[in-house]
Amino acid sequence: MANEVILLDFWPSPFGMRVRIALAEKGVKYEYRDEDLRNKSPLLLQMNPIHKKIPVLIHNGRPVCESLVAVQYVDEAWNDKSPLLPSDPYQRAQARFWADFVDKKIYDIGKKTWATKGEELEAAKKEFIDALKLLEVELGNKPYFGGETIGYVDVVLIPFYCWFYAYETCGNFSIEPECPVLIAWAKRCMQKESISESLPDQQKVYEFVLMMRKNLGIE
Amino acid sequence: MHNSKMAEELKLLGAWASPFSHRIELALKLKGIQYQYIEEDLSNKSPLLLQSNPVHKKIPVLIHNGKPIAESLVILEYIDETWKNNPLLPENPYDRAIARFWGKFVDEKILQIALKFKLAKEKEKEQIIQELGEQLQFLEKELEGKEFFGGESIGYVDVVAYFIVNWLQVHQEVRQIVFISEEKFPVLCKWMGKLHEIDVVNGCLPPKDKHYAYIRAQIEAAKSAIK
Repeated sequence: MANEVILLDFWPSPFGMRVRIALAEKGVKYEYRDEDLRNKSPLLLQMNPIHKKIPVLIHNGRPVCESLVAVQYVDEAWNDKSPLLPSDPYQRAQARFWADFVDKKIYDIGKKTWATKGEELEAAKKEFIDALKLLEVELGNKPYFGGETIGYVDVVLIPFYCWFYAYETCGNFSIEPECPVLIAWAKRCMQKESISESLPDQQKVYEFVLMMRKNLGIE
Repeated sequence: MHNSKMAEELKLLGAWASPFSHRIELALKLKGIQYQYIEEDLSNKSPLLLQSNPVHKKIPVLIHNGKPIAESLVILEYIDETWKNNPLLPENPYDRAIARFWGKFVDEKILQIALKFKLAKEKEKEQIIQELGEQLQFLEKELEGKEFFGGESIGYVDVVAYFIVNWLQVHQEVRQIVFISEEKFPVLCKWMGKLHEIDVVNGCLPPKDKHYAYIRAQIEAAKSAIK
């Protein structure tokens, strides 16, 4: 049976980027489809009737929804190369823990850095930096969270890097002085084609955020 | 199964009323794994808990040979990968993805909405019950035609969902509000009934009287707080 892979996605979505990176790491050929989230395609609504959200990975007609679920699926379905999760159960548990941490912290708090003002913004910036610092401790001296090669946590976290410029500009703060190790890790990741080809340009993301702010009536 | 040698090397930090803690106990019991249960006082967290889960400072935490694992869904997968008897997750990648999807769904949709109810003002409650009903319908449909979410036997989604649905049923009785009626959710209610009959499963539930008293106290405390 031919391996037909379609990814329903939205270009600035960090969640979509995760799946793009995973597929690229595995060398999987797939059809990328950009969704208009104000006018969702019948295919999206049919493949993800519960959440109606991207990304949705469709493999031979069968949908996998939720980015972390999809990344693990890609890792297990194409297990012949570039393993994203380690083989040891304890290390796998650690990787899943930190992926869950990224999901709980980075997106929502990151959003506050461009969607809020005043005291709420100041609190969000502090919380955001604190979260990144915990990730720095977890990274330690390793080149990647996955060790010598890109792993699950790298794939889960790196998409937010292309949003950092928007966070910093809107929130009026700078991440690198606070988290130099993390920024060094991010730049190292961007040297990898599977990642650099999967992330949009940070300027484009910033323009997208400005548009969202305008739509939400934030100034 | 001879998993008893692990007894001294496996600790579970839990809390008697926590559905997340119960999930882990059920998984361990289903696999016949011996462990030491340590009850945590969440208003006075132990040094062991704070040291084992410094990031979230929450239970459950499983400590295996001195190494801690936190977050209930992460712990469940760890247990399944370390003790391979009576597997909780299916073998094939697609079925595993579906199971993981539903596990997340229970925690992110069902549980989150239920928690909103706890904190909601009177006028918002009607709306929340409706929202909850809509999400429960998805779960109801997923279970249709199956003995358990795991198919013929109890699996990952059963372990994840049972304690959350039980939480709804208990709150339903204490508060005298209908969250999950047999009329609207015959499949889920039948599944709960079946699980309630299984000793290893119902043995993981907190003692009924103690639990009801605890919830009543929480409701009273919330009422006084609003006043």
